[in-house]
Amino acid sequence: MLMPKPDESVMARREELADALRAIVPGEGVIDGAEDLKAYDCDGLMAYKQPPLIVVLPETTEQVSEVLKYCHREKVKIVPRGAGTGLSGGALPLADGITLGLSKFKKILEIDYENRCVVTQPGVTNLGITDAVQHAGFYYAPDPSSQIACSIGGNVAENSGGVHCLKYGLTTNNVLGVEMVLMNGEIIRLGGKHLDSGGLDLLGVINGSEGLLGIITEVTVRILRKPETAKALLIGFPTMVDAGNCVADVIAAGVIPGGMELMDKPTIHATEDFVHAGYPMDVDALMIVELDGPDAEVEYLVAKVEEIAKKSNASYLRISEDDEERMRFWSGRKNAFPAIGRISPDYICVDGTIPRKKLAEVLQRMEGISEKHGLRVANVFHAGDGNLHPLILFDANNPGELETAEKVCADILTLCVEVGGVLSGEHGIGVEKRDLMGTMFTEDDMKQQQRVKCAFDPEHLLNPGKVYPELHRCAELGKMHVHHGKLPFPDIPRF
Amino acid sequence: MSETLRPETNEQLLDAVKWATAEKSPLEIVAMGSKRAFGRPMQTAATLDMSGLSRIKVYEPAELFMTAAAGASMSDVTQALEEAGQQLSFEPPDLGPLLGDEAGKGSIGGVVATNIAGPRRIKEGAARDHVLGFNAVSGRGEVFKSGGTVVKNVTGFDLSKLMAGSFGTLAVMSEVTLKTLPAPEKTQTILISWKADGIYAHAAMSAMAKALGSPHDVSAAAHLPAAVAKRSRVDYVAGAAGAVTAVRVEGPEPSVKHRTETLIKELKLFGDIEELHTSNSKTFWREVRDVQAFVGRDDLPVVWRLSVPPMSGSHTAIDLLEELRGEVMYDWGGGLIWLGLASEAADANADFIRNTVARVGGHATLVRASAASRSNVPVFQPLSSAEQMVTEKINEGFDPNGVLNPGRMYQGI
Repeated sequence: MLMPKPDESVMARREELADALRAIVPGEGVIDGAEDLKAYDCDGLMAYKQPPLIVVLPETTEQVSEVLKYCHREKVKIVPRGAGTGLSGGALPLADGITLGLSKFKKILEIDYENRCVVTQPGVTNLGITDAVQHAGFYYAPDPSSQIACSIGGNVAENSGGVHCLKYGLTTNNVLGVEMVLMNGEIIRLGGKHLDSGGLDLLGVINGSEGLLGIITEVTVRILRKPETAKALLIGFPTMVDAGNCVADVIAAGVIPGGMELMDKPTIHATEDFVHAGYPMDVDALMIVELDGPDAEVEYLVAKVEEIAKKSNASYLRISEDDEERMRFWSGRKNAFPAIGRISPDYICVDGTIPRKKLAEVLQRMEGISEKHGLRVANVFHAGDGNLHPLILFDANNPGELETAEKVCADILTLCVEVGGVLSGEHGIGVEKRDLMGTMFTEDDMKQQQRVKCAFDPEHLLNPGKVYPELHRCAELGKMHVHHGKLPFPDIPRF
Repeated sequence: MSETLRPETNEQLLDAVKWATAEKSPLEIVAMGSKRAFGRPMQTAATLDMSGLSRIKVYEPAELFMTAAAGASMSDVTQALEEAGQQLSFEPPDLGPLLGDEAGKGSIGGVVATNIAGPRRIKEGAARDHVLGFNAVSGRGEVFKSGGTVVKNVTGFDLSKLMAGSFGTLAVMSEVTLKTLPAPEKTQTILISWKADGIYAHAAMSAMAKALGSPHDVSAAAHLPAAVAKRSRVDYVAGAAGAVTAVRVEGPEPSVKHRTETLIKELKLFGDIEELHTSNSKTFWREVRDVQAFVGRDDLPVVWRLSVPPMSGSHTAIDLLEELRGEVMYDWGGGLIWLGLASEAADANADFIRNTVARVGGHATLVRASAASRSNVPVFQPLSSAEQMVTEKINEGFDPNGVLNPGRMYQGI
């Protein structure tokens, strides 16, 4: 993975920079010891490691602003970091950059039940928000698998999803406002407890911007009342094609489940061996459909899904009788990654989205990719929204296997784009998929996106080397290429 | 009389914008023209008429998306969706009549460009939340795209959000992909009728908050003061002889029945309860969605749209009506206030209105006013200095020569 060439003149100034940062963030908030910096050398994408030049952990928005002002003046790069659980390397440090961590922004600032929102600092975990409001019957809907550890600020940066986003939306649909510091140190507030923007929807473009546009220092999210009931169906199919058809038929019948997850045979076996969730072992595909809402609605929809599943050749079907059983159905799925970790020394978790109808085709072609490269692939999906998480199993101790696994990953993602899908459903591009952006976007597409970056950070000081394979200078991007005299286009109908 | 360019292919659209860019000749972008009076008035050399690009290109109900040319009429879009039992869940309003045009016009591109949303906004989001992707020509005369046809997508910056609500100032969308969802089987509305007006508005906010904070999956909550309620075509509403608060429940029949019964028990302490079934419900919420109470009202020449924290709705409106003569109605559980003013002051009372909104946080948009007012008064919420800087630079990145709807949102941008 090629990162921008580090600026050695900046690296030589480590001590001076650390001193200046200590004047802004006193105490233990500035880390520059080689051993201590190692703790920050990667995020959840552990294949790539690079200790940062310095780590700074501010505690207030003003400190963040002062740090950015200083770095802006000194032309020092910044890599923002939330909880460090990201899976695409968005928080991968730069050798000549300062990693700015938001781990000290840990307070929930306000809970407003009447307006159904929570104002929180960005370092609070995703689950921390639900924990703070669930005694009153509320919760925060987006639920990425890492919700126990990942921070809400990081969720905004990655526009995180989860198993419930088919029905309840992604992070972007659940964030009402942010306070953010721009690279020049200016503090900007977008949105609040009200809906929509009075001007351009800047908040909308901040969500999923992977730390390239600003540093989020406060987030306002909407909270929802917990549904009365949730029930899950555990449905086994003799083939993945049957399962795929069932997914399509459920949606076509007008049912939008709270969650609809699918696992293939290798995953079923690995998870069953690990957590003993009681999964049937004689099926090729196993689906969990969760229906939540008012009691009467859940009963009705469970019956509807059951009928569709039977028509789709389901060979196993069980409906949860109580919450304990429902949680048991989920336990396998939620532990799929560690379960795979038990059967393989290393794995890469791929994240792409495809049109639902292409599920069977993509699975079949993925088998081909797996065979071609000689690496096993296990599959879990958010089937309801077509978000795939193939797990590529490999052993990094075998020379060349990491590289092979990366090739498998690239082939699978290219396949996703080819069938009409996208490179990332919820993990972001980061460094992991940066060089594949060209499979989905033209040069003009990416340039137009980068012009948005130029509006926020014209000098590319904030998280450079992420998302976009090529860094164009903003002055270059701003130039117009106009062909005069080509007029008057006689074939356009005029009046 | 300015010239009108009416492209019928994407190539012609690109040519038209390239011409405008090369000549620095500003274009006003229109399709059906139903919301032409929304925003600041513009002086442009030419009009870009998008109604020639009107085809629904792909509609796959099972994949829950539709891709349509930006000029596709909302009536065609709605018809196709209805045939498949689906809908655009953000409930796009038909603002034409409110703005003095006829009903039933409007294009999908216009809906996205203005980021409007109806009563279901509180549950399902606005147009911004349903745009999955688009193709467009920037003011640089370049074709670009963003997003795709799938819901889960974090691949590059989400330019769809930026396009939604940009009023055509950044790029001309040639086609848009929107999320489609199953239409509910059944709709039921619970009406609370209040015995008097005025201070009851505060209690109405509480009633709506109670309904929206319940597990009964309420999909809309509006409050109509007496003067607005009496204009309804739904007898129960018009005949209530006072203010009416309405709460909507949608879904499969047994669920709707159960939730309605439970909600009635929880809400009856606020006032007398009445129920509207599917047909009356649909009429009623269409009235709310399209602000029909303020349509054709020469006695309310100015209409503002205010977005505030829901529980601040009644306080904000009552503070405003203590100084200004007019009428209000509330949607989005109190978070959306439509304010009609009985007279057109020189500044359309912008400063007073915006200062009042600023006390609770939110924004105010001048939706209906004379062209003179709309060019003198900031139609959209004035920006903070940081927002201004970013907005100007974003605009510059998309449309450096200022040829696309220049000045439609802000003077000089």
